[in-house]
Amino acid sequence: MKPLEVTLIDYGMGNLLSVRRAMEHCGATVTVTAEVDAILTAPRVVLPGVGAFADGMAELRTLGLDATVRQVAAKGTPLLGICLGMQMLLDESEEFGITDGLGLIPGRVVPVPRISTQGKPQRIPHIGWNELVVPPQGCVDWVGTVLHEVRPNDAVYFVHSFMACPSNPAHRIADCLYGGHPIAAAIGKGNVFGCQFHPEKSGEIGLKVLMSFLSQ
Amino acid sequence: MLSKRIIPCLDVAHGRVVKGVQFVDIIDAGDPVEAAIKYDEQGADELCFLDIRASHESRDTLYHMVTEVAEHVFMPLTVGGGVKALGDIENLLHAGADKVSINTAALFTPELVKNAAERFGSSTIVVAIDAKRVEDENGGHWECFTHGGRKPTGINAVEWAKKMSDFGAGEILLTSMDADGTKAGYDIPLTRAVADAITANVIASGGVGTLEHMAEGLSAGRADAVLAASIFHFGTFTIRQTKEFLAARGIPVRLA
Repeated sequence: MKPLEVTLIDYGMGNLLSVRRAMEHCGATVTVTAEVDAILTAPRVVLPGVGAFADGMAELRTLGLDATVRQVAAKGTPLLGICLGMQMLLDESEEFGITDGLGLIPGRVVPVPRISTQGKPQRIPHIGWNELVVPPQGCVDWVGTVLHEVRPNDAVYFVHSFMACPSNPAHRIADCLYGGHPIAAAIGKGNVFGCQFHPEKSGEIGLKVLMSFLSQ
Repeated sequence: MLSKRIIPCLDVAHGRVVKGVQFVDIIDAGDPVEAAIKYDEQGADELCFLDIRASHESRDTLYHMVTEVAEHVFMPLTVGGGVKALGDIENLLHAGADKVSINTAALFTPELVKNAAERFGSSTIVVAIDAKRVEDENGGHWECFTHGGRKPTGINAVEWAKKMSDFGAGEILLTSMDADGTKAGYDIPLTRAVADAITANVIASGGVGTLEHMAEGLSAGRADAVLAASIFHFGTFTIRQTKEFLAARGIPVRLA
């Protein structure tokens, strides 16, 4: 059996410790690195991240890792972006002006709606445990995705003020509803996956998500 | 649908959980990792650790404790107590905290909150407010207090909450110093006034004694989360009992 190896990209943004511990709890051997060669030869790669989109992209570019992540995706290596790491998979973000992303999944990152579908103001950031639902025109089932072991209405932990809007609805694996608005909770295109929620902070359900990624 | 959060709060000193009534008779109540695991098993939505003896010498002990806890439970951790500078926040996040609570330092240096939100994201910054009712010619208002409710600041608590929300705090941890320790319930008018005034999330704290109080904080008080210490510590109610009670009241909670 192939050992469960995973490489976390260390570009100075985010709580690597939590992702590392959760992956180790799943039985993975974890490498944390910013070295191009180590990332390119990894069997699986995670792009974590907390903070502002422009800062995240700037850090990746400074380290020359934006091209590396694109190469990882192009060669078919399973890639998982978490939170900001997921948002950076898209073409661009509206956070503090327009910033280019990695362009691995077509679409844009926009603010979480400030007003509910009922016309009421809602809390920003979107913080807390929310339920995963099947998107109306999205991915038809979760078999073979990072949500393979997850069931609709399982709750996971979110904390974010911006959200990904993939332009192709087929790239939406799961949504959650916030004030009636759908928010992309998990996205995917081939070997590239993204979770807006924090699987490393989502208890047993989150560990199942990481386990499914490690099985990719 | 987004669930309302139930957050047990653990007071810590020198890396150990302590229990005390009104900060008197503080006793060692054990290992933070064991407490965290217990609350995780009961279905807590996140954990809040407050270092009540925050001193320069004990910082490394606190960081070590946060790392230990983060290694054992896979849930959000908020840590506060003695946070004065961006470096303190960075150290806590690096140790494994997901969110850092800033209290007194925000009152003296409001820009700390703005700078912290810009650098680490609104999602990681909590501002703790200790508020107390004071009389005035218009019948009264709530004011921010420091030093466990002993020192007034002259700052209107609702306006302060709004300013901190505008400065980028993602959450306001709102403690009523009038209600704290009374077990007579959260200060609902205060909670409601802050919840209606700001965009950031509101965590109600101080005064909870019954499950009905939790329901009031979330419904009438319009809080997004409720924090409680003693009723969970002393085993009056478990988190699971709390959530079952709230669910029966039609309040959305995560029943894992």
